[in-house]
Amino acid sequence: MTPIIEAIDLQKSYAGQRVVDGLNLSIRKGECFGLLGPNGAGKTTTLRMLLGLIAPDAGEVTLLGLPVPQAAREARIRVGVVPQMDNLDPDFTVAENLLVYGRYFGMKDHEIEARIPSLLEFANLASKRDAKVPTLSGGMKRRLTLARALVNDPDVIFLDEPTTGLDPQARHLIWQRLRELTQQGKTLLLTTHFMEEAERLCHRLAVMDNGKLISQGSPRELIEQNIEPQVVEVFGETSAHWANEYAAKYSQRFEISGESVFCYVQDAQPLVAHLQAQSALRYVHRPANLEDVFLKLTGREMRE
Amino acid sequence: MNMQDFALPRFSLRFFPIWQRHWLVWRKIAAASIMGHLADPVIYMLGLGYGLGSLLPEMGGMSYMAFLAAGTVCYSTMNSASFEALYSGFARMHEQRTWEAILNTPISLDDVVLSEILWAATKSLMSGAAVLVVIWTLGLSHSLMSLWMIPLALLIGLVFASIGLIMTALAPAYDFFMYYFTLVITPMMLLCGVFFPVKQLPESAQMVASVLPLTHAIDLARPLMNGAIPPQAGLHITVLLAYTLVGFYVSLVLFRRRLSK
Repeated sequence: MTPIIEAIDLQKSYAGQRVVDGLNLSIRKGECFGLLGPNGAGKTTTLRMLLGLIAPDAGEVTLLGLPVPQAAREARIRVGVVPQMDNLDPDFTVAENLLVYGRYFGMKDHEIEARIPSLLEFANLASKRDAKVPTLSGGMKRRLTLARALVNDPDVIFLDEPTTGLDPQARHLIWQRLRELTQQGKTLLLTTHFMEEAERLCHRLAVMDNGKLISQGSPRELIEQNIEPQVVEVFGETSAHWANEYAAKYSQRFEISGESVFCYVQDAQPLVAHLQAQSALRYVHRPANLEDVFLKLTGREMRE
Repeated sequence: MNMQDFALPRFSLRFFPIWQRHWLVWRKIAAASIMGHLADPVIYMLGLGYGLGSLLPEMGGMSYMAFLAAGTVCYSTMNSASFEALYSGFARMHEQRTWEAILNTPISLDDVVLSEILWAATKSLMSGAAVLVVIWTLGLSHSLMSLWMIPLALLIGLVFASIGLIMTALAPAYDFFMYYFTLVITPMMLLCGVFFPVKQLPESAQMVASVLPLTHAIDLARPLMNGAIPPQAGLHITVLLAYTLVGFYVSLVLFRRRLSK
């Protein structure tokens, strides 16, 4: 099956700095694909190149079978975009935002009007039809942005950090809606740095850092390929001291971060038994998750 | 440097839904907007016209009020296009991210910039027409030739929208626009024959005035208001069109560079 979105050896530099460096992506129809990476990894630049908003320095992009950026206009007729920052029209009501946006796709007013009720229902905004945008909460604005991205009934939806800044209730509602879109057969490409979001929503993930893809696969594959299955976190004032003495003996790999020691192990039993005897230390034993993979692949230091 | 930034503009009819968007926003604030279009120029025209006009027997072969009327239409048209292209344009590009939202659809930057220019010119047309209605009502112009002021207002709007968008493309923040208004727009009001004939100025200032777009606009407007065919009309129209085309192209190149980051 031909991929819906394909990138071959994409390169992009700004002022001599490589932002995207030899990136290859292939996203299949009906898939929810997540692009993970710390701030500045090149995620947004990649999305913008895939949409044909900026031209790559080298490499090729195909979106919905069309060469991009050459035929980006034709391709974007069947694409919806949820941007990182809200850019709704503040002068308009909820319904007017949808109407005006639909016109940009060349849709007739009556076609858009016919879609508005179902879009509002999908976004849980049916009662807010005539509310002005500045009166909406953050979660409502995000949902309206999602509804707006669906006005042209797209086959592919790009979402750039769709739930950043939302409270848990608002986030869960967005997640539910995104799953519904996948069930309808839409292809989703989202960037995020919420590992929980990636784990819950995405069929496949790619971890990106310094403009390169450093790992790719299903959430489970990423964990299996990159990291030991069990994690024991050890806390306490003496944890660093303890780590110097024992961590290497009981774990395959460990990292010290402040007063916490992260021990990655195949079998946690001997370590847990040892820790039970250490009264000055507390610990948590849990299965490895995507966040562990992410931190292992991209490092623990801050990105600013 | 990217050569694609310098490509000639590619137009399409897709600019129209953007123009419709601006129109819909404007309709919500129409009353205040019409007030703004009218109050300032009409107060100046009547204040100076009656005040100074009573001291001046005539200017350029007509009453001072009639002299001022043509200049007022031109400068109010210039102002409304400039404010729209700079402040409102910057809000749509930068603050509200309206352009970003539009560019995610099948619309290109060329269409967005074209729609900005056409919209600012539309605002000019409205403000020019509003002032003209006052002028006709007061009987300051009797000639049917003054109807030509309507397309002229549109042309003046295109000129100042195109030049103004260059500033918008370069602006880091709203404060930047003070330079343009203080160093370009205000001097033009005083040099280009709005309040007195350009011939009153020292020769060097006349030279400067002769290349400024507002001078050419007023050289067309004043005869039209008095029912005469403007001398050298072809030259003036050519100059105004040239300002429009160059301004549009330069601003488009600058926007392409700014937004490709």
